[in-house]
Amino acid sequence: MGLFVAQVLTGLANAAALFLVASGLSLIFGVTRIVNFAHGSFYMLGAFIGYSLMQVLPGMFGFWASVVLAGLAVGVIGVIVEICVLRPVYKAPELFQLVATFGVILVIQDLALLTWGADDVLGPRAPGLKGIVRIMDEPVPKYDLALIAITPFILFGLWYLIARTRVGILVRAATQDREMVGALGVNQAWLFTGVFFLGATLAGLGGAIQLPKGGADLLMDFNILAAIFVVVVIGGMGSLPGAYVAAVLISVLNVFGVTYLPQSTLVLMFVVMAVVLMIKPYGLFGREEVAGEHGQVGEPERPIKPAGIKVRVLVAVGILLLALLPVFGSSFSQVLTADVIIFCLFAASLHFILGLGGLVSFGHAAYFGGGAYVAALLVSYLQTPMEIAFLLAPVGAGFAAFIIGWLCMRLTGVYFAMLTLAFAQLLWSLVYQWGEFTGGDDGLVDIWPSEWLNSTTPYYYFTLVFGIGGILLLRHVAHSPFGYALRASRDSARQAEATGINTKRVQWLAFTFAGAVAGLSGALFVFSKGSVFPTELEVARSFDALIVIFLGGVKTLSGAIVGGASLEYAKDFLTRFEYWRLTLGLIIIFVVILAPEGISGTLRKLAERIGIMKDPDSNHSKIRNPAVNAKAHTRENTRENTREDP
Amino acid sequence: MIDVKNVDSYYGKAQILNDLSFSIGEGEVVSILGRNGAGKTTTLKSIMQLVRPRTGSVMFNGTELVGLPPYKVAKVGLGYVPEERRIFTDLTILENMEVGRQPPRDGVPQWSVDLLFELFPNLSERRGNRGKALSGGEQQMLTIARTMMGNPRCLLLDEPSEGIAPVIVEQMVETILRIKKQRLTVVLSEQNLHFARLVADRAIIIEGGEKRFDGTFAELDAQPEIQEKYLSV
Ligand SMILES: Nc1ncnc2c1ncn2[C@@H]1O[C@H](COP(=O)(O)OP(=O)(O)OP(=O)(O)O)[C@@H](O)[C@H]1O
Ligand SMILES: [Mg+2]
Repeated sequence: MGLFVAQVLTGLANAAALFLVASGLSLIFGVTRIVNFAHGSFYMLGAFIGYSLMQVLPGMFGFWASVVLAGLAVGVIGVIVEICVLRPVYKAPELFQLVATFGVILVIQDLALLTWGADDVLGPRAPGLKGIVRIMDEPVPKYDLALIAITPFILFGLWYLIARTRVGILVRAATQDREMVGALGVNQAWLFTGVFFLGATLAGLGGAIQLPKGGADLLMDFNILAAIFVVVVIGGMGSLPGAYVAAVLISVLNVFGVTYLPQSTLVLMFVVMAVVLMIKPYGLFGREEVAGEHGQVGEPERPIKPAGIKVRVLVAVGILLLALLPVFGSSFSQVLTADVIIFCLFAASLHFILGLGGLVSFGHAAYFGGGAYVAALLVSYLQTPMEIAFLLAPVGAGFAAFIIGWLCMRLTGVYFAMLTLAFAQLLWSLVYQWGEFTGGDDGLVDIWPSEWLNSTTPYYYFTLVFGIGGILLLRHVAHSPFGYALRASRDSARQAEATGINTKRVQWLAFTFAGAVAGLSGALFVFSKGSVFPTELEVARSFDALIVIFLGGVKTLSGAIVGGASLEYAKDFLTRFEYWRLTLGLIIIFVVILAPEGISGTLRKLAERIGIMKDPDSNHSKIRNPAVNAKAHTRENTRENTREDP
Repeated sequence: MIDVKNVDSYYGKAQILNDLSFSIGEGEVVSILGRNGAGKTTTLKSIMQLVRPRTGSVMFNGTELVGLPPYKVAKVGLGYVPEERRIFTDLTILENMEVGRQPPRDGVPQWSVDLLFELFPNLSERRGNRGKALSGGEQQMLTIARTMMGNPRCLLLDEPSEGIAPVIVEQMVETILRIKKQRLTVVLSEQNLHFARLVADRAIIIEGGEKRFDGTFAELDAQPEIQEKYLSV
């Protein structure tokens, strides 16, 4: 009994930081609709800044002042990020801002490395709260009790702010309809900035307040990310009490997990989430997302067309050049180009569900890494011949996508995205923690291809054939009736249903197919490297693909390919420098700000402006009688998006 | 008070308003009439800058509105009541009104929660209820009340009579007439000529985004062919 109580208390204490960070994320998302991936970075900064302040501010007062000041400092950093990075891209298409927050993660990582060095720092203990108390004969740190006592006050303060003050009313109103709030005379820009300040401050406070328990290190940004997503999703997006309850639930379970199931602590969290979402798809306290937000008037999308003759020739020349690479290129260039092709295939598979299907998956690495692990496990344990393992990898990854897709399909929008991320993390933690079977952190090694492929040039051709083949297959499916059904489900689920398309099933199949293709790229990857580590399943890997798609341009497959190739080459080049993350992060941020339609979209706009390319819609705007024309125009677009190409 | 000059507005590449010009004097109540899709809503949105006119100018008491963000347009004294109402369904009636609250303005009547509850007794009874629990008519009243909390100099009302019961429409007429007595300028878009006639001094008819008629109701009655052509009477 005593142990039980002590463990519950530890869990409650651990929940404090988690709740602070998660509630900040939830607030920011509610108002700005931005999934702030840099939130973990704010948390990390809070910890480091708090640590530095505690070195100079003495005593009990100094400790708590440091915590508060660290929170405020991170709040100010959040404001800088919001004003410099996010404001210029609020008008960009949905979720594009996400990419900017990736850039911020990279920049903050290197700035933290520069400022505080690579070593973990041990958090100072809180003056006056150093010892333990015995509760039912079990030792409980005094600091834990302090955290348990403080958290409800913070929860109440936040609740009061949101539920009872004018600012809170405006925030809640903006969560529902920003444009209307603006039309009523409220400057949304400052409301956004204010919310960002508050959210970042909460994350910073969370980082500083957990110092005596956890210290600070450079990995804590990514480490907390999955946990706060889980908390927000379990609690229900935008619900403060929900975030608190979920944080407590996760933390308490985690403490028990450490005691009774030490092998499964990471997995446990995701299992809980999956169970909760099966019962309540929008979280414990969440409400169904209101579909059809106001004020999102965008230009209608261009219909995708079969490639013209010029494009075909260009692609053929490109493939020919790739095929000739071994003749004139070094073996290093072949290895690098193979990496690029593998990555492009992976990105293209994500583009299939994201661009065509409108399903934003944050966890696509699960299928890339999943494919790699399937092949590696088959080879390691069953001595499966490489050729068979290679073919089974996409099957395995596709199966995983089939199951996960089924579980996620009932959700939409950002809930869907979070859930895919959580499942990817589940897979990652399984691989990471089930060391006897998967090798854990040490990975699986000695996974080489068969004799006939086991040198650079043959494997390069192998990659070329399957990589390009996979991409062409994706393209082919996109232009098949299945591809039309998929786009129809994205553009107007209701209309698609009315024409007899089972939209959920179409999307589910597309998700499975994309997973299988990602698995194929994973299989190509594992045999080219000869090994696989859990990093291939990580959030960061999923992010890579997302960055590429958003930067390249969500609308076109070529965008994904061009983006994929650029990022992979840029990384190869930049990683030779010490602070490459900073550079890459800044590049990403600048591209986002300067080319909010993605690289390919912006290039096309530019080409249209200087007259290289014809604007395909220009004939519409010449017609007069505007109202009639406008109606015809919108109707035509819906039709074009869904019709079958001749 | 409002001078719309040569305004062209677009949604993407589709031109909706075509060289639209009209003016509205202080204290006037003007009705913009036209069929579905004529461009009435777009006209009001172009004044409010929720749709940014590509060319032309919208002057309000000597201030150019084109190019201002909507919140600044609201700050100079325009109150916008959208056609789809767009009340905040998760907020209570009182909270909805709080969102619209702006500091008092010189030379215009000042509204408070109490005054507005007097005007809309139905809302008063349900002040603690959330927006989503309201009927269509109550929602319409709430949008007007919410906008009045900003003490506007000029009210832009988009189809206030749409989709509400005749009894409520009558109440709405009364409300607008009371607002009018306070010498507030009102621009309302309508398809319902009968309703417009009861409250407005003047009619502007648009069709296909162009102005087809501008004059008093007596003048309009003298030209039945115009009514025939541009209004679904
Ligand atoms: N968001 C939009 N995107 C593209 N076209 C639009 C959009 N909103 C309106 N339109 C088109 O603009 C034209 C004018 O619309 P508007 O809403 O101004 O008409 P209205 O006179 O208010 O009609 P109603 O009486 O039905 O409210 C219509 O042809 C409509 O199809
Ligand atoms: Mg309208």
